[in-house]
Amino acid sequence: MGRDPQTLLRKFHQARWDEPIIFELSVPGERGILVPQAEPEVVQEVGNGVGVLPGFLQRKKAPALPEVNQMRVNRHYYHLSQETLGTDVTIDISQGTCTMKYSPKVQEHIASRHPGITEVHPLQDPCTMQGILEIYYKVEQFLKEVSGLDYFTFQPGGGAHAVFTNASIIRAYHEARGDRKRTEIITTMFSHPCDAATPNTVGFKVITLMPDESGYPDLEAMKAALSERTAGIMITNPEDTGIYNPRIEEYVRAAHAVGAICSYDQANANAVLGIARAREAGFDLCHFNLHKTFSAPHGSMGPATGATGVKEFLAPYLPVPRVEYDGQKYHLNHNYPESIGKVRSFFGNFNVVLKTYMWIMQHGAAGLKEAAICSVLNNNYMQKKIAQIPGVVIRYAEGKRRLEQVRYSWEKLYEDTGCGTDDVNRRLVDFGIEHYWTSHHPWVVPEPFTLEPCESYNKDDIDEYVAVLKEISREAYEDPEFVKGAPYNAASHKPLHPAIDDPELIFVSWRQYQKKKGSK
Amino acid sequence: MQQEPLVYPYIPNTVPEIKAQMMQEVGISDVMQLYEEIPENLKFHQEMKLPSPLLDEYSIKRHTDKLLNKNLNASDHLCFLGAGCAQHYAPAVCDEIANRGEFLTAYVGESMGDHGKWQAFFEYCSLMAEMTDMEILSIPMYDGFQAASSSLRMANRINDRYKVLVPGTINPDMLMVIKNYLHSATRPIEIVSVNWDKNTGLMDLNDLKAKLGNDVAAVLLENPSYLGFFESQAQEIGNLTRQAGAEFVVYTDPISLGVVEAPANYGATITCGDFHTLGLHMGAGGCQGGFIATHDDMKYIAEFKDLMFGLTETTAKGEYGFGEVLYERTSYGSRDKGKEFTGTSTGLWAITAGVYLSLMGPKGMQEVGTTIMQQAQYAAKKLSRIPGVQVRLNTPFFKEFVVNFDMTGKTVAQVNKGLLQYKIFGGKDLSQEFSELGQSALFCVTEVHTKEDLDKLAYAIQGAVSQA
Repeated sequence: MGRDPQTLLRKFHQARWDEPIIFELSVPGERGILVPQAEPEVVQEVGNGVGVLPGFLQRKKAPALPEVNQMRVNRHYYHLSQETLGTDVTIDISQGTCTMKYSPKVQEHIASRHPGITEVHPLQDPCTMQGILEIYYKVEQFLKEVSGLDYFTFQPGGGAHAVFTNASIIRAYHEARGDRKRTEIITTMFSHPCDAATPNTVGFKVITLMPDESGYPDLEAMKAALSERTAGIMITNPEDTGIYNPRIEEYVRAAHAVGAICSYDQANANAVLGIARAREAGFDLCHFNLHKTFSAPHGSMGPATGATGVKEFLAPYLPVPRVEYDGQKYHLNHNYPESIGKVRSFFGNFNVVLKTYMWIMQHGAAGLKEAAICSVLNNNYMQKKIAQIPGVVIRYAEGKRRLEQVRYSWEKLYEDTGCGTDDVNRRLVDFGIEHYWTSHHPWVVPEPFTLEPCESYNKDDIDEYVAVLKEISREAYEDPEFVKGAPYNAASHKPLHPAIDDPELIFVSWRQYQKKKGSK
Repeated sequence: MQQEPLVYPYIPNTVPEIKAQMMQEVGISDVMQLYEEIPENLKFHQEMKLPSPLLDEYSIKRHTDKLLNKNLNASDHLCFLGAGCAQHYAPAVCDEIANRGEFLTAYVGESMGDHGKWQAFFEYCSLMAEMTDMEILSIPMYDGFQAASSSLRMANRINDRYKVLVPGTINPDMLMVIKNYLHSATRPIEIVSVNWDKNTGLMDLNDLKAKLGNDVAAVLLENPSYLGFFESQAQEIGNLTRQAGAEFVVYTDPISLGVVEAPANYGATITCGDFHTLGLHMGAGGCQGGFIATHDDMKYIAEFKDLMFGLTETTAKGEYGFGEVLYERTSYGSRDKGKEFTGTSTGLWAITAGVYLSLMGPKGMQEVGTTIMQQAQYAAKKLSRIPGVQVRLNTPFFKEFVVNFDMTGKTVAQVNKGLLQYKIFGGKDLSQEFSELGQSALFCVTEVHTKEDLDKLAYAIQGAVSQA
């Protein structure tokens, strides 16, 4: 029998291989692969090659890597992959704010197999990689439409990296004007932690606004914080709560009034494609995570691309090189003397930009808007169902429509049963569902969980997901200890130390583990 | 007749009946009611100007293939470009695992449902620990340039000094990344370049000593250097650096470490670099990945900026489990109070690099290092025999070396244009970055090149320099 048609629950058990650490598979003498050897004529000419090294630079002791035959290496990593729940195998509504959408296989196959990308060196003469530069340039034109801003760069290697780039551009802008008083950035608690951490990294003092009772960042508090010391504001909207701040324009206007730059964190722009743009809201900078909104996969945390967009007046500070088109040929232009320089080698993760190109080309303007609408429809549908589950609380914005995600709370479940969000989260895997995203720290919403049923999931997927949460809630009320002991059917059990802060218990490498524990 | 609404394969709820049912469920008659929180003046009331979509899968595949077919590449050409991205062999098993959907599409799931991913990261760190002969790594970074930049900031936090020394031969692109990263709106870290010997490439130790005061947080050394040569004074530089109370940061190429001593064993306190050489394709620069390694010392562990996954036990006796190590270090845990910032970086490539090191084993790494050095030396010898062509910097090198064309009367640009006719990508043109080296190019030779390839290169250069 398949999934129970009444309860929508599965009898799931994840692969659990009790897989040894690769070092434990070592059989001295085994080889995983053979390596090309220099031909005899070469050896005759240059000898063993390594003899030219000064003594101290010759490796004395071979690296103690494991020695494993090829089939076993392959099998080992297959086992590890089977012990992982990617979006390809689970209903990944779980990782809210991350937009776990389907990454079309046609994109993956081309990106990983076509030698016109895989075997291209980034320093080739631009005339030999016109296809790459054309795609790069066109995606820039597409994102200009999506955002209303004037220029983009794809150099940043992730979303936080793009926010870092934005903070660097804000710094460069004020410095170019000779204004060195501006040492503060304002952000909000429900903006991603990188909106606080990256301005701090570029040397700004960070002021974080807390939400008011309705869940919006406090406008009066922001006005009080703004001054001639404010370099910029770095915020997101809708925030992690899924609540769109309808007064966003007032925040932007107030910031502009003191001469600050307004940076819009649109890592997740999935709800507003073709609906609302950075330009209309008055922002000077924005960024998109191409691995979220634009379908490229998350790759177990990368490779990724954070696309930074700016208005014309900030374009001189963008990283170099920039891809330009003269009507006939595409070029790399390094000649921007006011540029912040580079934030990453070469021109970023082109593989991610390629997938973005293909995804936009498959949807067009109408398709992008349809994706946004369906993601919001899915979310509203799901919210209504989840609101009925015993133990769930939805804070803020009662009666208001949220966009693509909701930060829920198990506050009541915790009070009633002692089972908190971490307990539910572990149990979730027993039903074949990836662990959900709780919330970044601090947990302003208690016992949080954040779900985002983006447009990739159909109604049945959402119904199954809700059924699983409902079942766990039932279990918590009936047998809380059982839920606390979860998971039972996952690739591994509950770790004894999910948070490792005791130096004695830190083992981040096999050799460190062996040294501290003694050979097992 | 009214056109049927389009059902998108990647947007399943565009099936009209389902959509209607869901709209009814949430109490709307028009989908735009979903957006009632967005004020009208903030909405975009036009249609985005995007190309007409290629709706069917065949058409998008054909369209994209055609665009990518315009790119010449290293499978139909011989590639001697390096300078931070080099062509090495990516074994089939590396491709196999890098394309496993579970790894490709996973993200930040916890250690039970994503147990395999956590173990793969633990193994990547463990394997890199053996290569670097150190114990501590975090999950990976954007690229080697980020790793170098963060290493320097770690040093700054460790000793609270605000100056770093870098070699005069540093990769200019890396220096650009470092400059932006060490700059600050309030308290920048000063970057000072150390002079180098134009004949050997080596660091000027007198200049180093003059600059190495007790205000220096770190000395950064690339070994092998950007220009390919080994810094044969590395040990002495390390001694001087540590005597001054500074961190000795060595940027290395991990594929060299089967034959070249791990920097830790000549005094590096922080080892960093880019692991794109370990089983990854060039990918137009999209397969870079950065690492930082240190010794097992809380002074260093506490300063890593990225997540660390530690081995632990579970409720099932004897089972491996994983936990987050010192999460409060990170910006995920502490926002602007965390170390620098963390985020999505290059997880899939780290897993792949782990697969590579598992396949290669100690013997494989030893052999690949040897082959690279032999082939590169053979190429340099061949090229230096071409009249007018000189190999510069008379110092042992790993896989890259400087070739000068001054005596041929040709510019690097001209030579490379000529080489392209032989289906060869010549070396990186250094004439802008290092004008003191004249018309010189940085050639990169690895284990993918055969003797025949190298003989062809020599033949083609001979042809290119003698073209009228």
